[in-house]
Amino acid sequence: MKAIPSAPPQTPRAVLTLRGIRKAYPGVVALDGVDLELRAGEVHVLLGENGAGKSTLMKIISGAVARDAGEVLLDGAPVEIRGPRHAQALGLGIIYQEFNLIPHLTAGENIFLGREPRLFAGVIDQGALLRAAQKILDELGVAIDARSVVSRLSVAQQQMVEVAKALSLNARVLMMDEPTSALTEQEIRELFATIARLKARGVALVYISHRMEELFVIGDRVTVLRDGRHVGTRSIGETTMAELVRLMVGRDLKDQFPKQAAPVGDEALRVAGLRRNGVLHDINFTLRQGEVVGLAGLMGSGRTELARAVFGADPINGGRIFVGGRERQIGSPRAAIGLGLGFLTEDRKHQGLVLGLSVQENTCLPSVGAFSRFGVMQVEQESAATAARIAELRIKTPGPHQRVVTLSGGNQQKVVLGKWLTTEADVFIFDEPTRGIDVGAKVEIYQLINQLAARGAAILMISSELPEILGMSDRILVMHAGRIAGEFTAAEATQEKLLAAALGRAGLHAA
Amino acid sequence: MKPREFLAHSGRQFGTLVGLFVLCAVLWALTPHFLTVSNLLNVAQQTSINAVIAVGLTFVIISGGIDLSVGSLVAFSGVVTASLLQRAVPVPLALLAGLMTGLACGLVNGLLITFGRLPPFIATLGIMSVARGGSLLYTDGRPVSGFGEEFRWIATGEILRVPVPVVIMIVVYVIAHFVLRRTPFGRYLFAMGGNEEAALLSGVRVRLHKTLVYGVCGLLSALAAVMLTARLNSAQPIAGINYELDAIAATVIGGTSLLGGQGSVVGTLIGALIMGVLRNGLNLLGVSSFIQQVVIGAVIILAVLLDTAFKRPKR
Repeated sequence: MKAIPSAPPQTPRAVLTLRGIRKAYPGVVALDGVDLELRAGEVHVLLGENGAGKSTLMKIISGAVARDAGEVLLDGAPVEIRGPRHAQALGLGIIYQEFNLIPHLTAGENIFLGREPRLFAGVIDQGALLRAAQKILDELGVAIDARSVVSRLSVAQQQMVEVAKALSLNARVLMMDEPTSALTEQEIRELFATIARLKARGVALVYISHRMEELFVIGDRVTVLRDGRHVGTRSIGETTMAELVRLMVGRDLKDQFPKQAAPVGDEALRVAGLRRNGVLHDINFTLRQGEVVGLAGLMGSGRTELARAVFGADPINGGRIFVGGRERQIGSPRAAIGLGLGFLTEDRKHQGLVLGLSVQENTCLPSVGAFSRFGVMQVEQESAATAARIAELRIKTPGPHQRVVTLSGGNQQKVVLGKWLTTEADVFIFDEPTRGIDVGAKVEIYQLINQLAARGAAILMISSELPEILGMSDRILVMHAGRIAGEFTAAEATQEKLLAAALGRAGLHAA
Repeated sequence: MKPREFLAHSGRQFGTLVGLFVLCAVLWALTPHFLTVSNLLNVAQQTSINAVIAVGLTFVIISGGIDLSVGSLVAFSGVVTASLLQRAVPVPLALLAGLMTGLACGLVNGLLITFGRLPPFIATLGIMSVARGGSLLYTDGRPVSGFGEEFRWIATGEILRVPVPVVIMIVVYVIAHFVLRRTPFGRYLFAMGGNEEAALLSGVRVRLHKTLVYGVCGLLSALAAVMLTARLNSAQPIAGINYELDAIAATVIGGTSLLGGQGSVVGTLIGALIMGVLRNGLNLLGVSSFIQQVVIGAVIILAVLLDTAFKRPKR
């Protein structure tokens, strides 16, 4: 077992202790010997790249997933978490990024959902319910009326309803997954005040966030996971941003991002003055052949919206789009595909793939028309194209007729890429190309991006992971509030500069 | 295709087929009249109308929708065809008009769903009532009866000793299977039903193909209407009541998921035959029609229960 280096001698009481936790999925070891100790009244930050195992660890604590090995101690006594309801009963609460609230019920009804106080014969005691809910909300120090309907509350208020719900279950451990991702700065300050009150009550908080600067404001201790392993636990006061990044990445960035520059050719895609009311404002940029352009920005800054607008998936209110130097009207994804564009959506499962269909059917879906003669699909052409994709992308599948739902995230992403290789696209928009993909497969995706660029394809790569943007791009655009807020060459860009631009604190070409 | 892949693809139809054979074997053991050529042709003939409607419904359900209006469209297309025949319109023209009526009504369903953004359940529920009322208005509530031999051949004729309705059913299924498996339209139905957003982002013209699939469903309802009218020698404005439920039942027994994205017309044909055989066998055994309803309901539930049990994920 690993020692916890920063533990002072007079350790506060450990509420929950995890030792040697292991969890494997087919093809991926999500967690491998992970230790975690949560103390009463601390904010314990869980840090790690996507796919490092943070969410699997949360799911094990909240009972959504069963561990394969390791032990869990609650107040020093071994405990078996049998399921989500059991975890709640043990006082282990979790607040997911996407809330689990019933929108048309009131705050109070949500807080006591499934545990409503009863009068007689199962009739709900609405008065008692509201009083109890209001008491919890008041103690939490938030100004929410227990009678208000949840769908009318702001995101921050809904989050507080979730917190209240967890507290009504006497939560002693409360895990929050990216709690600030959808909040305004004012709301974040209020959230932090609430967290301080919860600490004072002795609740142990687990805090997951990709916003590194928040950790130093709110955190007490931090545990870093990498590739499913525990790589260190530190007191916030005794560590630095640089050390944490090194622990998270754990190796030279050059190994992780096998960037190869390709010769840059002619203009492939140019966007001039693109506008979508309330979403995108005066967007201008150019992609050239052989170039990988990174597009950074915080969630909600309009990156995906920009990709969808260029691809014809959302209507635009103004601006011009040039493909291969000629102005084009792109009114639908179909039109974009016809012009040689390919869009790898951030959400493979909901937008990129038809999960119930096979590798072959997905690979050929955008090309079905091209593979048909007199309205009849040419099966040989489809098989040949699919076999070629499986070979060149090294898609691990039992066969072309395997349903894609059974493939791993990395292989699913390759099938999505295969769709656009089959249409012979030469402008690719990758939206979060490595989200939810394990580290080995990530490198493969990066190599494929290199190969595309070497063939003369133009690539726009949207990513929330700054190391990925820095490691893979020839040029970097940063969006803030629906505008391009900064443009950097790979040489001049740093994490700090990108972040400053993403937060709207830098002018154009800040360098 | 390797055997394992074949089973993964066709295992469900295989299971339904076994069910059909078991059912036939049991009925054969119980009554000698069941397994005669004339009775089996009789079953096929009785099944043909439901089977033809069920093809359209299978297409719609695979695409992720539902069509409740098929029964009313049978009545409406039927009375239109019949009234034209009575006005001495040439048979081919009357048939064409009847089929186009069904197609047009189906396309209205599709347009309400795609451009009107109505849920399929609501749009087709509305058209179900409109078409039923339209049939009653058009005929003043009275049946339209009595046609020439030329038209009645559709029900009474034989091609190579096979009854015409059975021939129509077979032709429809062969075409439908081909369309579903070998044409872009068929592929798009699966893609739209499985993940509409992904289909759209793959360049599928979702609205066009969705509208079309309801048109096809209406067209097949009209074909069923022609077959029914010829068989009864009469078009009733109250014909086709509950036909949508029989067609949904055949589709579901055949393994098509009501959630969309998967299914096959082969399964639907077997499903329709199971229902036909069951009705025929229970009639031969002298089981009352009340009990028949109970049995058919139980078979639907059993089929889907088995389906769910086999599909349940292992982890």
